[in-house]
Amino acid sequence: MNTSTIWRENIAKALSNRSFAIGLIITGLLALIAALSFVWTPYAVGTFDIVGKLKPPSAAHWLGTDHFGRDILSMIMVGSRNSIAVAFVSVVIGAGVGIPLGLWAAARAGVIDEVLMRFNDLIFAFPALLSAVMITAVFGPGAVNAIIAIGIFNIPVFARVARGAALSLWPREYILAARASGKGAARITVEHILPNMANLLVVQATMQFSLGILAEAGLSYVGLGSQPPMPSWGRMLFEAQTMISIAPHMALFPGLAIVTTVLGLNLLGDGLRDVLDPKLWRER
Amino acid sequence: MLSYASKRVLIGFLTLLAASVVVFAVLEVVPGDPARLMLGMNATEDAVRTLQEQMGLNQPLITRYLSWLGGLLSGDLGRSYTYSVPVIDLITERVAVSLPLALISLALSTLIAIPVGLFSAARRGSLSDTATMGVAQVGVAIPNFWFALLLVYVFAVTLRLVPAGGFPGWHAGLWPGLKSLILPSIALALPQAAILARITRSALLDVLGEDYIRTARAKGLSRRKVLYRHALRNALIPVLTILGLQFAFLLAGTIIIENVFYLPGLGRLVFQAITQRDLIVVEGVVMVLVATVILVNLLVDLSYAVVDPRLRSRA
Repeated sequence: MNTSTIWRENIAKALSNRSFAIGLIITGLLALIAALSFVWTPYAVGTFDIVGKLKPPSAAHWLGTDHFGRDILSMIMVGSRNSIAVAFVSVVIGAGVGIPLGLWAAARAGVIDEVLMRFNDLIFAFPALLSAVMITAVFGPGAVNAIIAIGIFNIPVFARVARGAALSLWPREYILAARASGKGAARITVEHILPNMANLLVVQATMQFSLGILAEAGLSYVGLGSQPPMPSWGRMLFEAQTMISIAPHMALFPGLAIVTTVLGLNLLGDGLRDVLDPKLWRER
Repeated sequence: MLSYASKRVLIGFLTLLAASVVVFAVLEVVPGDPARLMLGMNATEDAVRTLQEQMGLNQPLITRYLSWLGGLLSGDLGRSYTYSVPVIDLITERVAVSLPLALISLALSTLIAIPVGLFSAARRGSLSDTATMGVAQVGVAIPNFWFALLLVYVFAVTLRLVPAGGFPGWHAGLWPGLKSLILPSIALALPQAAILARITRSALLDVLGEDYIRTARAKGLSRRKVLYRHALRNALIPVLTILGLQFAFLLAGTIIIENVFYLPGLGRLVFQAITQRDLIVVEGVVMVLVATVILVNLLVDLSYAVVDPRLRSRA
């Protein structure tokens, strides 16, 4: 069998997993919508139309308008960029710092491992919201602060996963063989440990991405995230709150956007976990 | 038991100490001059100097940290700059709203999640299992503050069954106080319950595959008895871990939810303090919340030993 046939078979196998397929479709659509918003939105998000404010969904405005008469669909489209960017960079920060820390802890064991795990305990004591509160109190609110706060929160999560997986890999025979051939701990980690835990890390990254979307929405809702005029799903909900009795659609659609996105990412993560399970791969 | 417990307590204490250094460093050292930051750009030099003296900012850093730490230990969190009252008084007043809210939500989510997890695990693969877990999958994706807005729209705005927000104070009586916490705690509890139900189910399924479960069935115990007496008890460890982690999220969630319902809790206090640049209040609230998270995780660690006898002998 040549390589492309194997690939085609694996992709077919992956797509037959229902969670993975649905998650991939939702996430793909979201990415498309975010990309589309760079070149086209039904209306410009900066345009105010006070006469046409608080209108329920109609043919002209599919998801209605807000208290400034802005088109809600356009704002959700542009807001998706914000959610994706904040969640993505936070995952990169968490993985970029956490994975090396976890690998290091597992390779060295002993005191360094203990110190790093206690450092993890310390970060765990600061939920993302509390870090954001402190950062905002000092530097003022903004999307960057949200990224830092969520990113810091992600560090111990990745460190734990990487450490746990690496600890279970180190006693394996092929690692022993690599050691016997004279490779150092760092080289073994990069060449053998890391590739063998990549699937776990990908699944975790998907999960943290979805948590990042939720956290960003929460932070912008309380005013600690991205600031106007950049549309964000969380702040749209905050603005909808005072209008809830006269324009419930303002609260409905941004919330649905968050739920759909997070649901899609969670399904993708669950699906990836099954698809990437080594027990399934052995069959190839 | 003792050595495991004392090690956890020591770690908890050291984490708390390290956390106090972080909070102090971020809120008192990083901004450069807290007095100037609090007074804003238009402050006169005299006002800044007076506040610096009041706050003891002229002293060396280590002296300031130690006196702040000493204050913390004796319950003195400093004086609020805007409210002109001791921070500890503000916090005690607000905790009376936030703590009941967090605890009711925690109880509610546990009471929903464990039976649902049991129900699903016992019927693994059936239609009712798939349906329940589908609902849970959606529940995990719902932001609690959005769910709160929907609850307000349905139960307060449309049906007018409960107040849309505000808090009458406990002095108005237990029922009026509890009544204004009903929607907030449901909003907090349900998304958490969805996560916990999924964890409970998968922990149970892991345990149900173990040899001792087969042995218990083979010696003639009913499925029900095996599920409740053997499986549930052994599945509790991962469930407890998540409960502990969830408490931190619940506290954070409380802070956000208080803003939806205009509840005068710690969350409202801290956001007002941020807008008014009252850093001492922010510092106090953050420290109290961090200490609570550490304490709860310590309690979870200690409860492992109660649930799992194997841990008692291990250090």
